[in-house]
Amino acid sequence: MIDFGYTLTPSSTIEIDDADLSLFDQLCALEPDALKCMSCGSCAASCTAGVFTDVNLRKVLLSLQRGCEKDLLFQLKSCMLCGKCYIVCPRGINTRHLILSICKIYNI
Amino acid sequence: MKRNVLIIGGGPAGIEAARRIRDYGHTPILIEKEARLGGHLAKWHKLFPDGESTEEVLTALTSDMEGIKWFTDTAIVSINRLKHLYVAIFSNGITVQADAILFATGFSLFPAEKKEEYGYGIYNNVVTNADLEHFFNTGNDPRIKDPKVIGFVHCVGSRDEKAGNRQCSKVCCATAVKQACEMKERYPDASIYCFYMDLRMFGRKYEDLYLNAQRKYGIFFVRGRVSEVSEDIEGRLVVKAEDTLAGKPLRITMDLLVLMAGMSPCIENPEIASMTGIHMGEDGFFMPRDLMLRPVESHSKGIFLAGAVTGPKTIPETLNEARAAAMAIDNYFKQKAE
Repeated sequence: MIDFGYTLTPSSTIEIDDADLSLFDQLCALEPDALKCMSCGSCAASCTAGVFTDVNLRKVLLSLQRGCEKDLLFQLKSCMLCGKCYIVCPRGINTRHLILSICKIYNI
Repeated sequence: MKRNVLIIGGGPAGIEAARRIRDYGHTPILIEKEARLGGHLAKWHKLFPDGESTEEVLTALTSDMEGIKWFTDTAIVSINRLKHLYVAIFSNGITVQADAILFATGFSLFPAEKKEEYGYGIYNNVVTNADLEHFFNTGNDPRIKDPKVIGFVHCVGSRDEKAGNRQCSKVCCATAVKQACEMKERYPDASIYCFYMDLRMFGRKYEDLYLNAQRKYGIFFVRGRVSEVSEDIEGRLVVKAEDTLAGKPLRITMDLLVLMAGMSPCIENPEIASMTGIHMGEDGFFMPRDLMLRPVESHSKGIFLAGAVTGPKTIPETLNEARAAAMAIDNYFKQKAE
């Protein structure tokens, strides 16, 4: 077959119907505060590692809620567990503990 | 000297104002165009933030109507100003001379079918916030059949210039979150999503309501306006929005979609304005003399305003305005007597 150089781009749509939230449910059982995030972005703004890497806790948490975390979970590997996000979180989420729980449940 | 005050609109503002005006020693005449007193409140089930029963609130409001003349199923046919008083003719044939008039005519619920892209009146499983309250009251709505996935669409006919309403309706955010929690209590296995542009949880305890919805009830919040709804072959609803916090389009199939119809200006406002000389704002709500200092007085002498007639308000705000209007009317009479 002649290669014309055209490719198909996969859809970027978040498909909630296909989302498997069983791991997220496990996470919420362990860390109910994971549901409290209101996406203010304080964690990402204060993040020590975020300046140099892609790590963004707000985005990771949202992706877990939507069941589309696959491409984002690697971000947490850059976290240095400094705990600054815990200090700034207005909802008082123990983010450091939450990150460790995410790593455990999602096997990072 | 005893004076007649005509109060138009028998919702919470009109009822409360009538009682207070009576307490000041004047004669309130309250008219309501519908068959019973209570306005929109009478059709609601529970109120945010604490889930207080509307029936209890209405019972308390109407518990002491002695000394108030009130007529239901009655509308205004005409209002004419004589030198120091107004002459109003009612649809039941009665003519009244009033020393002051209070407009407590409230708002009109935005007709959700105008937002055709959401499919109200077209698809079977789309209801409004008002329909849902009716369902809570009666337990009866053929469109609500053990839904597994439920969506709430905020700002339907609010913050929408094309729909004719630029303003925020103020109460729908808290109502949506309240209703989402109520649905979760009825259907604990359901997944519930709220689609919002901004969550305006401005009042005392409203933020707690939001926090409870997240943490206790596990309601999911999607920041993004629903762009379109379509029906699949099984009659379920395919809902599209952008998850603006993720920066990606989002699609979800639902069993029930609740549209948070907002507050539009009362449809009779232009007619009332031309009859009375009350100023109407660009948004269609009535303009008080001064939004800061004279919020319950109109530009026309002897005509007062209370409640959602001057813009979307919560029940406690409406009741406070009714009290303020009663006081302003009493002061107006005192100044006239001097």
